[in-house]
Amino acid sequence: MPLLSVRDLEVRFFTRRATIHAVNGISFDLDAGQTLGIVGESGCGKSVSSLAILGILPKAGRVTGGRVMFGDRDLLTLKDSALREIRGRDIGMVFQDPMTSLNPVLKIGRQITEVLFKHLRMDKHDAIREAIALLERVGIPNASDRLDDYPHQFSGGMRQRVMIAMAIACRPQILIADEPTTALDVTIQAQILDLLKGLVEEEGMGLILITHDLGVVAGVCERTHVMYAGRFVEAAPTDLLYHHPRHPYTLGLLRSVPRLDASQKEKLIPIPGAPPDLTVLGAGCSFAPRCPYATDRSREVTPVLEEIDDPSHLVACWNPVSDADASAVAVPVERGRS
Amino acid sequence: MTEPSRTLDSGRQENLVEVEDLKVYFPIRSGIVIERHVGDVKAVDGVTFEIERGETLGLVGESGCGKTTAGRAVLRLLEPTDGHIRFDGQDISHLSGGDLRRLRRRMQMVFQDPYSSLNPRRNVTSIVQEPLRVHGIAKGAEAEERVQRLLEVVGLPLNAGNRYPHEFSGGQRQRIGLARALALNPDLIVADEPVSALDVSIQAQMINLLEELQDEFDLTYLFIAHDLAVVRHISNRIAVMYLGRIMEIAPSARLYERPLHPYTKALLSAVPIPDPHVESVRERILLTGDLPSPRNPPTGCRFHTRCPFAQRERCPDEVPELRRLDTGHTVACHYVEEIESGRITGRTLDTTDPVSVPG
Repeated sequence: MPLLSVRDLEVRFFTRRATIHAVNGISFDLDAGQTLGIVGESGCGKSVSSLAILGILPKAGRVTGGRVMFGDRDLLTLKDSALREIRGRDIGMVFQDPMTSLNPVLKIGRQITEVLFKHLRMDKHDAIREAIALLERVGIPNASDRLDDYPHQFSGGMRQRVMIAMAIACRPQILIADEPTTALDVTIQAQILDLLKGLVEEEGMGLILITHDLGVVAGVCERTHVMYAGRFVEAAPTDLLYHHPRHPYTLGLLRSVPRLDASQKEKLIPIPGAPPDLTVLGAGCSFAPRCPYATDRSREVTPVLEEIDDPSHLVACWNPVSDADASAVAVPVERGRS
Repeated sequence: MTEPSRTLDSGRQENLVEVEDLKVYFPIRSGIVIERHVGDVKAVDGVTFEIERGETLGLVGESGCGKTTAGRAVLRLLEPTDGHIRFDGQDISHLSGGDLRRLRRRMQMVFQDPYSSLNPRRNVTSIVQEPLRVHGIAKGAEAEERVQRLLEVVGLPLNAGNRYPHEFSGGQRQRIGLARALALNPDLIVADEPVSALDVSIQAQMINLLEELQDEFDLTYLFIAHDLAVVRHISNRIAVMYLGRIMEIAPSARLYERPLHPYTKALLSAVPIPDPHVESVRERILLTGDLPSPRNPPTGCRFHTRCPFAQRERCPDEVPELRRLDTGHTVACHYVEEIESGRITGRTLDTTDPVSVPG
């Protein structure tokens, strides 16, 4: 049985002006020790999905359908108090900006021990010892001297380490990391990713890594889901996804990022147009207006995730691209601009 | 646009910009009534580079390395504390008043955040027209015609002129900023993180556009960014900065194939590559610790506190000068040759091994 099983999750935001269809039916499983990447551009619903799973959507947001099974319990139907027990103890979270997730007026030591008091009912002495061990675990030098420091006395990378220490304090079964390195410099990013990978290996946690950076996913995740306009458009083992992309959007993403190791200066092939407006959820594939492979059917009938080539490879597309398309230099229709 | 057109015509290799030993310090003051000068943030501390006409020089480095400050000093948005900046042969280090204003026609800037660099209460025509009006170059129908053509050049829809910034997406707003920068037909454009705020699918559109415009308008770019893959893609040469100084300058292909400075090596190895095969076999040089404070930078080589190759001699107390090597690299490191020949090997560092560097 998977650790976490999400089925047909739907999230809407109700504002005075309009309804935003942020997440439109996503399903996935996460096993123990598995690293799952969710990639997509801003506004595709990747962060909203994780907030919905954790039950911490902002006020205007509401889950309008689906199930989130953690063991035999549906997190979406749990009472707040029961959910609070799970959050932080069984499911840890790390967000993009450690400065806004840490309390600026509390000492670091206090913030970590609080988690231990609350969820593990440790006494003060044990909690302090454990806090030091956790800070050492995430690579903070002179951990015992830093318990009395405030968040602003730490650098960005160190703050993110503190966040990770708090997230893993109760040895959670699942860690959800939402853009954990986006605010950090590359050399610090490398340190943090290395740390996360080590933790997953040693503790056997399941990791959901949410990011816009295809490079980050390639280095960390076994399996990757590509999200566009609130839906998964492709899901596959990371290797397959990068080397045999089947969805035109995945291919477009891969071709539009410059690679540091490209053999010559290849011209980038941008995806024309811009992501869709999510206030209107029309029929058909949301990517169709930007897709060079779109047909009338794409514009009329919404494709569902289906197996292609291999049981582990899923794609939601009526006209999936082939390896030949993927290696072709030019996009078939036109070179577009927004 | 094809690759050959981007390589430089060797017949006219002249420098449009020359920066020599540039220093920009920001004073730190303390006290309420009497503000004492208690120190300086040495944002740029002795930087030398030149930009050839028609080339793109990439300036990379991590946050706080001084790359933005250097770019602003080149545009003379900041006055240098010391050193010289020459633009087209003229020393502009301490220019002011009308001379500076006239100079500004020839150099423009594109900012990172297209949301905050456009006036929300003015329509696009008025925004793009402003430089023409300020410099008294065109007005009325003539100006409108020029604006229309600029909007077309940067790929905005025909009716864009009457609309306001909030009606556009991030990528389109960046195009508006670009049209405004091009209005005066400048020689130099300093682009500070012009694509970092954009989504990946839009970044490529912008990068291609910048390249097309360079050919069409004979532009010289100083391209400042932290994303090495983007910088490598667009630049002819790349300068790598660390804590206010340049560590290495080299043609971009060479810099990637054979980085010489230990910091460049570490920086390049840290950039994730969107390919799981490559990622699984790559060797990574992980740096320990954080960036030291530019208020109180390390003595000697600024990188020696984090450098896996640092030696007890010279590195902690002797500042390495930028040296030009036969390979085409210009490097500031005492021991490049020894490191390349393998006589000095790097310490293999465990990431969890704490090396304390005061932040």
